[in-house]
Formats: sequence, C-alpha cells, structure tokens
Amino acid sequence: MSTIQESAAETQAAATVDAPPKRAMGLGRTASWAMLIAFLVLPLLVKNFVIFQVTMVLIYGIAVLALNILTGGSGQFSLGQSAFYAIGAYAAAILIEHGGVNYALTLPIAGIICFGVGFLFGFPALRLSGIYLALATYAFAVAMPQLLKLGVFEHWTGGVQGLVVTKPDAPFGLPMSQDMWLYYFTLAVSIAIYLASINLLRSRSGRAMMAIRDNEIAASAMGVDLSVYKTLAFGVSAGITGVAGALGAIAVQFVAPDSYTFQLAIALFLGMVVGGVGWLPGSLAGAAFIVFVPNIAEGISKGLSGAFFGVLLFAVIYLVPHGARQGAIYAETLINKFRRS
Amino acid sequence: MELFINQVLAGIATGAIYACMALAIVMIYQAIDHLNFAQGEMAMFSTFIAWQLMQWGVPYWWAFLLTLIISFAGGIIIERLLFKPLAKAPVLTNVAGFIALFAIVNSVAGLIWDFTIKQFPTPFGSSPFLGSQLISTHQAGMIGVTLGLLVALFLFFRFTRIGLAMRAAAAMPESARLVGINTSWMVALGWGMASAIGAIAGILIAPVVFLEPNMMLGVLLYGFAAAVLGGLTSPLGAVLGGFLVGIFENLVGTYIPGVGNELKLPIALALIVIVLVVKPTGLMGRAVVKRV
Repeated sequence: MSTIQESAAETQAAATVDAPPKRAMGLGRTASWAMLIAFLVLPLLVKNFVIFQVTMVLIYGIAVLALNILTGGSGQFSLGQSAFYAIGAYAAAILIEHGGVNYALTLPIAGIICFGVGFLFGFPALRLSGIYLALATYAFAVAMPQLLKLGVFEHWTGGVQGLVVTKPDAPFGLPMSQDMWLYYFTLAVSIAIYLASINLLRSRSGRAMMAIRDNEIAASAMGVDLSVYKTLAFGVSAGITGVAGALGAIAVQFVAPDSYTFQLAIALFLGMVVGGVGWLPGSLAGAAFIVFVPNIAEGISKGLSGAFFGVLLFAVIYLVPHGARQGAIYAETLINKFRRS
Repeated sequence: MELFINQVLAGIATGAIYACMALAIVMIYQAIDHLNFAQGEMAMFSTFIAWQLMQWGVPYWWAFLLTLIISFAGGIIIERLLFKPLAKAPVLTNVAGFIALFAIVNSVAGLIWDFTIKQFPTPFGSSPFLGSQLISTHQAGMIGVTLGLLVALFLFFRFTRIGLAMRAAAAMPESARLVGINTSWMVALGWGMASAIGAIAGILIAPVVFLEPNMMLGVLLYGFAAAVLGGLTSPLGAVLGGFLVGIFENLVGTYIPGVGNELKLPIALALIVIVLVVKPTGLMGRAVVKRV
C-alpha cells in the first residue's frame, strides 16, 4: 500500500463540512427582533407545561449551538456532546445540593469545568484527522453513564439514584411562577450565548476556525496554529454545552446517569443537522425538533423515536442537506419577491 | 500463577470477539475512509436474526450459515441504497448517515424483539475445555472460530483475484479503476464482508453478554479501541489489537482493585485516549501523508 494517498481523492474530500459563508451565519435584523418579541410574549399566553417545554427547547438550542460552533465553525465533529452536557448538569446539581451555591452562579462554573475537560480531552484527538475526534468523543459519550455511576463518587453524585435539584423561585418577589421565571432566566442566558457566539465567529479566532474548516493545509500555511484553534473551538463548544447542561439540570430538577446516554448525543447531532450546519439560528429549529418529535413518535409506538430520528436524518441529508437554513433562504426569497411586486 | 494464565486465556477469548469487530471496522475504513459507527448495531441485528431462526427450529449451524448470508446481503443492500450516493459527500454527511443507521437499527430491533434480555445458545457447551479448568469449551470455540476466520480472510485477500482487486480498490481507487476494477462494487463487497464478520462476532459473544438491543455498545467500543491500538489502516494490527485489548481488560479487572465490571467502558475510553496520546498511528498502522 502506498504511503501517499492519491491526490485526486484527497482534494475531493478536502472539505469536511459543506459550510455557508460567514455573513450567512446569523439572522437578519428584522427577523431577530421578531423572534425576540415572540419569545418574550410567549409565556404570557400559554400553560405552565408548555412554558417548560419551550424552556427545554432553549436549553437544547444552546447545546446544539455549541455543537454548531464546533462543526459549522471549525469543521470538527463531536459525537460526545452528551458527556459534556452531563458534566455541566452534575456540576450544577452538586454545587447547588452539596455546596449550597446560588443556581445562577453554577452556570459559569459548569461552563469553565467543561471548557477545561474539553480542552484537555480534545488535545490528543485533535492532532489527528477529524475522524479520531469523532471516535474519541463517541467513546466518551458511551462511557459517561458508567463513570457517573462509579462507587467512588457516589457520595457526591448519588450513584444510580442521581440527585434531586430544587427549583429556584423568582427573585425580588416578582409575581411569577417558578416555570415562568426559569423561562426568562434561560432566555436571557441563551441570548447572551447567542450574541457571544456570533461575535466569536466574526472575530479573528472565528476567522481562523473557518479557515481551518475550509482548508486545513491552506490555513496552516497562512500561519493559523491548527491544534490550538481546533482545541479552542472544541473547548468553547464543550463549555457552552456545559452551561446548557447546568440549565437543564435546574429545569428538570433531577440528574441521573441514564439521562445522559449516547441517545442524547445522537439527538443533539440530529438537531444540528436538521437546523443546518453553520447556521446558528437553525440551532433553535433543531432543538424544537428534538424536543417535540420524540413525543409524537412515542405516541405512535413506544421505542419508535430512534427509528423515526434515523429515517428523518437520512431524509434531511438526502433532501435538504442544509437543513432549516434552506427553508429560511427559501422564505427570504419569497418575501423579497412579495415586496417587489 | 494459575489465576494469571486463566485470566490471560479468558482475555484471549473475549479478545477474539474484539478482533472480529475491529476487523470489520478496519475493512470499512480501508474501503471508504470512514468509521462505521453502526457496525455494532448491525452485528446485534444479525445476532437477533440468528436467534429468531433458531426459535423457528432451524439447527444451530444452519442458522449460523443463513445469518451470515443474510448479513452479507444486508450489508451490500445498505451500501447500495444508503451510502453509495454519499460517496462524494462531505465527511459530516457520512457520519450523520452512520448515526442515522445506528438509531434505526437499534430502535427497530427493540420494536421487533423488545428490550428484554434473551439467552443465546452455544454449540460448544460450557464444560471445561479438554478437562482443564482454565477455559470453557465456548471460549475455546470463540478463539477457534476467530482464528479460522482470520486464516480464511488472509487466504482470500492474498491469493484470490477478487481479494487483490479489493485491496487495489482500497489502496488506490483511481488507478484501480484504470485497470478495469469496478471499485464501487468492491466497496459494496467490503460492506457485505464486514457485516458478515460482525455477525460472527455477535453470535459468538451473545452467549456471554446475553442478547438485547444494546449488547454491542460496549463491544463496539472495545472494537474501536482495538482498531486504534492496532492502527486503523492495518487489518493484521486490528486483530492483534483485539487480542491485546481483551487480555488487558481482563488483567486490569483482576489485579487492580476497585476496577470491576462497572468500569468496563471507561477502560476502553482510557485506552483509546492513551493510544492517541502515545502512538496515534497504532502498533502497525502507517502515518497518512497528504499531498498538497
């Protein structure tokens, strides 16, 4: 076998991701304001359970966004987002229940812990081609539930039983239900993370990441330090996922090892593909998809959601390879046509 | 000392299964440059087919043979229908395809055969092998079948025209096409063979881990660990890696206190990370050099 693979095959497979141009990563001004207002008004109109579901959409939206920064931004994959989500969730739960830390403070701590773990974990895998990272993160996600069940940590993690987290009340005596307060809290965090991510991708580091995504060899020739930026992207992605995990633990009020299996990693990955790789607002569409679709599928037959997910994933990669972004572009051209006529 | 030999032999027996999985993974990786994350689920599904055939009264070895044929055909069908159109697609699309396949196969197996644990028969029995207390006849059978399979594969790739064509298609697709090899069908053939090898692994391990839709999750992880240890580009390395990983797993479980069954998966994870840190190309792999 030759040591140098055929150059023709190499150039064809150079790009790991079919990614959009940079300016297409956000949402237009009007659309952004409309979305924001819709999200602000929504809880006043619906029942508590729906508020909880939309909160979960926002939380998964953050997690999908994190994966999107990694994949859409720097062209790396991770199949282990569920592991970082779990670490974030456990960090928050342990800090609140054992440490008596205020719930809002647990978010940055969870984020920093996950950033550190992601940075250390990503370093060995990222020296090699993307497939090794996928492999290592797959192993991480599969091993995570067992790590959480370990007898050594049982005093802290509650072992198989997991931990119960108390739900925070609205502060300053605001006349709000706990669900509604948590919703607005989550919304604020999501907006902050969304804006930060958009800015990150527009910055020097973001440009470096995208250069790596589009052509690794050219990027390194331009002086981009590949392993540093790849690891940075991976760490940032892990950190944001950790924040999402912490929010998730507070919202669900419960953490247990079996909530964070490989199925969750599949769901987050699916959310990213459905939302459109590299299109950050699409994360929200992807998250809505992974929150609501399993309910529908389980309603038809128990255990069907996996098959449903899989078939839909195939449908997306064959029919609408850019996911929700394609829908958005279609809508945009339609509106423009309307205006002109 | 007897405990040590005992554990090494038991490790070789489970290592045989990891070797099969690693071999299946490396075969696909060689052919299409992607890791098949659904390999374990495909093997699990094949095992369920074998179980179903036996439930219908088919004798063991006939069921074994039929399952291999069905798995072979199934692998080819999956490649033709789902992955051939993705051959030129970005890596992400391919990974998404494997993940989708994983979810579908796992969920469908659960729907058809449900998630309860099932006993799986062994044709070798579980009495002590040749009167010694060291390994059971089933473990000896596992090692025997794997070694037989390896020899058969080696002969196939070394001495048949089609084996040569498959190697050529994997190593240099462009040049292979120019000398008249139908590379696209060689890839399909690789899928079929990988699927059949996975089926053998599944059928052999099922009496040990019991049959259920999630049974291959850990086995696949060890298969990956074995493939990485041996080097993703070397089939022989994958097999060697499989045996080493099996022995390592058993010895660690025996001699390091506190590491029991509950740490099985983290050990595989640690192994993968260590190999990636220390020797990323694996024991027998070659470094991939890119031409700009």
